[in-house]
Amino acid sequence: MSSATALSIAHVLAGALVLVSFMMLYQDRLSSVINVLALHAAVLGCAVGWQAYIQHAPELYITAGLALGFKAIVIPIALHRIVERFGIHRQVEAVGGISLTMLGGIGLVALSMVVMLRTAAHADALAREDVALALSVILLGMLMMVTRRNAVSQIAGFMSLENGLILAAAGAQGMPLVVEISVAFSVLIAFIVIGVFLFRIRERFDTVDSTALDAFRGEAS
Amino acid sequence: MCAAASLILGGVGGVLARRPAGRMIVYGGSLAIAVVALLAALAQLALGIAPDPLVVLPIGLPHLGASGLGMQFGMDDLAAAFLIIANIGGAAASLFALGYARHEAEPWRVLPVYPVFLAAMNLVVIAADAYGFLLCWEVMSLASWALVMAHHSEAATRRAGVIYLLMASAGTLALLLCFGLLAGPAGDYAFAAMRAVPRARWIGSAVMILALLGAGSKAGLVPLHVWLPRAHPAAPSHVSALMSGVMTKVAVYAFIRIAFDLAGPPAWWWGLVVLLAGGMTAVLGVLYALMEDDIKTILAYSTIENVGLIFVGLGLALAFKADGMMAAAALALTAALFHALNHMLFKSTLFFGAGAIQHATGTRDLAQLGGLIHRMRRSAVPMLIAALAIAALPPLNGFASEWLLLQAILLSPALPQFGLKLAVPAIGALVALSAAFAAACFVRLYGIAYLGRARGTAAAAAQETDRWSLSAMIVLAALCVAAGLLPGFAIDLLAPVTHALLGARVSTQAGLSWLTIVPVASRQNAYDPLLIALFIAISAVIGALALRRFGVRITRRAPAWGCGYQEFGPPARTLITQYSPSGFVQPIRRVFAGVIFRAHDEATLPLPGEAHPARLNLRWSDPAWSLLYAPLIGAIDWLAGQTNRLQFLTIRRYLAFVFMALVALLGWIALWG
Repeated sequence: MSSATALSIAHVLAGALVLVSFMMLYQDRLSSVINVLALHAAVLGCAVGWQAYIQHAPELYITAGLALGFKAIVIPIALHRIVERFGIHRQVEAVGGISLTMLGGIGLVALSMVVMLRTAAHADALAREDVALALSVILLGMLMMVTRRNAVSQIAGFMSLENGLILAAAGAQGMPLVVEISVAFSVLIAFIVIGVFLFRIRERFDTVDSTALDAFRGEAS
Repeated sequence: MCAAASLILGGVGGVLARRPAGRMIVYGGSLAIAVVALLAALAQLALGIAPDPLVVLPIGLPHLGASGLGMQFGMDDLAAAFLIIANIGGAAASLFALGYARHEAEPWRVLPVYPVFLAAMNLVVIAADAYGFLLCWEVMSLASWALVMAHHSEAATRRAGVIYLLMASAGTLALLLCFGLLAGPAGDYAFAAMRAVPRARWIGSAVMILALLGAGSKAGLVPLHVWLPRAHPAAPSHVSALMSGVMTKVAVYAFIRIAFDLAGPPAWWWGLVVLLAGGMTAVLGVLYALMEDDIKTILAYSTIENVGLIFVGLGLALAFKADGMMAAAALALTAALFHALNHMLFKSTLFFGAGAIQHATGTRDLAQLGGLIHRMRRSAVPMLIAALAIAALPPLNGFASEWLLLQAILLSPALPQFGLKLAVPAIGALVALSAAFAAACFVRLYGIAYLGRARGTAAAAAQETDRWSLSAMIVLAALCVAAGLLPGFAIDLLAPVTHALLGARVSTQAGLSWLTIVPVASRQNAYDPLLIALFIAISAVIGALALRRFGVRITRRAPAWGCGYQEFGPPARTLITQYSPSGFVQPIRRVFAGVIFRAHDEATLPLPGEAHPARLNLRWSDPAWSLLYAPLIGAIDWLAGQTNRLQFLTIRRYLAFVFMALVALLGWIALWG
C-alpha cells in the first residue's frame, strides 16, 4: 500500500470522527447521546489503530484497544445504567436551536482550519489537516459541554473532547510517550467526571459536604 | 561600609533582644555607627575627602541591563548631605533610646528591627542603581512598619499599620514605574546610565509626576499623607523621631535625586505642580495639627507642614532651573535642604520631649497635661528651644531656612511664565500663613503642656526623664541654636550639592562680617542672626529691669489661671478654668476649619434646673478621606462585589467562559497571528 493511500485512509477516519461529533451535537435524547459517544470512541479506536499500523508503533495498539474496550463499551454501558437508574433515559433535553449550534460547530471547524493554516504553514499538508481535524473535534466537544445542561451529556461532550486530544497525539509521529499520555488523560477524565458531579451537587445543595446530602435525604443523625 | 555593620547589629539585636544588655549593645552600636557615617559624610562635603566613587556589590539581579553586575553604591555630594541629616538623627535617636528604651514593654519587637531601619535609610541614600534603591526603600518601609507595629495590641495601631502598608506599596509601585521609564528600552538600571539616556519630553514629565507620587506618599504630601499621622505617633518615640525627622527626608532625597538628577531638563510646569502640592501641604498640614489634641499626632501633622515647605523650595528650584536661572535655583534648593536639616533637628527634639511626657504622665492627650515645666524643669528647656525654632522665630534655625525660602520666592517676578508669576507670590502667602499657624500650633502645644497647672492627676505626678534622653535633647537643641546663629556655615556646607545638581551655588557666606548671610548679592538682603540675638537679649533684659523698676510693687502669689476661683472652691475646681486645647484654637477653627474640615462646634447647655454639665461637641472630617479615599474604597468595594458574582456561576457558565476565551484566542491567532 502506498503511503499516500495510507494517509488518505487516516484522513478519512479523522474526518469521520468530526462527523460523529456533529452527530452528537444534535442528539436530544440522553440514550442516543451515549450511543453516539460509543460510536465516537469506536471510530477513534479505528483511527488510532490505523495510525499504529502505518507508523509501526505497537504501543498505539494499546491506546486503540483502550479506546475500543473502555470508552466504546464499558463507559457507555455504565452511563446507560446511571441514566436508567436516574430515570432520565427518555428525557428530552431542550438544547435551544439545533441549527444555531450546528452553524456554530461549522464555524469552529472553519476556525481550526484557518488557525492551523496560519500557524503550521511549513508543516506537511496532511499532518496539518490531521491536527486541524483533531482541533475541530476538541472544539466541538467543548461546544457540546457548553450548550448542554444535563451533567451526563456534559460528560459525553468531555469524552469526545478527550477523544480529539488522543487523535492529535496519535497523529503526531515520533511521540514515544503517547501511551502514558493517553492513560494520563483517562485519569484526568475520571477526575473531571467526579468534578462535574461535585459541581452539580454543589449547585443543588450549595455545598459539597456529603452530610448535607444525608440531611436532604432525611438521614441526619 | 557602615551600613553593613548596622545590618549585622540587627542580627545581634535579634539574638540579644531578650537580655537586658541587648539594649545597650544595640543602641550604643547604632550610635557609634551613625557617628562614624556622619563624620564620613561631613568629611566629604566640607573637606572634599571622598571614598571610592562607586562600590559594585556582587549581589543583585542578574541580566539587568548592560552593567547588570550587581547593586551599586556610591556617595556623591547630594547623598552626603542627606547622610548628614540621617546620621545626626540616627545618632540622637540612639542616644535617646539608651535611656528611653528602658521602659519598652517588649524590647524584642524593637531591638532587631531598629538597626535594620537605620541601615536601610542610609543605604537608600547611597544607592547608585534603581534595583539597590528600590530594595533598600522597601526594606526601610518594612522595617518602619515593624517598628510601628511594636505596640500591636492596640486596635488603632493595627489600623495604622494596614494603612501604612497599603500606602507604602502604592508609593513603591509609583517609584518602580518611574525607574522603569527612566531606564528606557535599554533597561540599564544604574543611575549613571539613566542620566545618559535621551528621553522624550512627556516621558520626563511622567517620571516627575510618578516621583512626586512615590516620594510624596512617603514624605506625606497632601492628599497622600493619610498614613503618616496615624503611623508616626504609633511607634515608640525614638522611632517616631526617626520616621518624622529622617525617613521623610529620605523621601525628599528620592524626589531630588529623580527630579533634579535623573529626569533630565525640566519643563516649566513641573515647578508649578510641585509648588502647588507643597503649598497646599504646608497649610493643610498645620491646620490639621491645630485640630488635634494628641501631642504626637500634632507633631506628625506638623511634619507634613514642614515637608510642604521643603517641597515649595524644591518646586521653586525646579521652576528656576527650567528657565535657566541657576543662581536662583541654587538659592531655593539650598533653602529646601537647609530646612530639611533644621526640621530633622527640631522635630526629633520635639518627639523626644513628647516621649518623655508620655512616659512621665502615661498620656499623650494635651487636655490632660499642664504645668510640666515645674516637674520636668530640665527637659522643658530643649523643648522650648525646639518649639521656638519650629515656630520660625529668630534667631533660631527655623527662621533662617524659612527666610531663605522667602528670599527665593522674592526672586520669582523674574520668571517669564505668567502662571508662575501669579502662582509663586500666592504660594509665598501660603508659606507665610503656615508659618503663622505653626507659631500658634506650638504656642498651644508648649503653653498647654508645660505652662499653667496640671489638668490631670498624671500630669501632677510627672517625673523628669533620664540623663541619656535629656542629653540627646540638649545636643539637638544646641545644634538648633548653632544652626540658627551660624547659618552661613550650613549654607556653605550645602554649596557643593547645588553645584553638582545645578552648576551654580549660593555665594560663599563664610567671609562676611558679623557672620551675616547675604544669599543674593545683588539685592543686599541680609540677615544677621548674631545681631538679632544680641538685640533680643538686650531688649529682654531692659524690659525685665523696667518692669521690676516701674511695675506695681504689690505682689500676690496665686495659681495661674485661677480666675478668682481659688478664693472659693477646692483647688481642683480651678483647674478647669484654664485654657483648654480646643478652646485655644477655636478662633482659627471657626475661621478656617469650618470650610476645609467641615468642623462643627455644638454646645449643649443645661436648661435651668437640670443638673448635668454643659458639653461642647466638636466634629470634623478629613477632606482627604471624604473626597479621595472614601470614593476610592467605595469603587474598589463595588468592583469586588461585581467580581464576587463570578464565584457563584453554574458550571456551564464557567465552561462557557473557558470556551469563549479559547475561541477568542484562536480567532486572534487566525486573524492577526
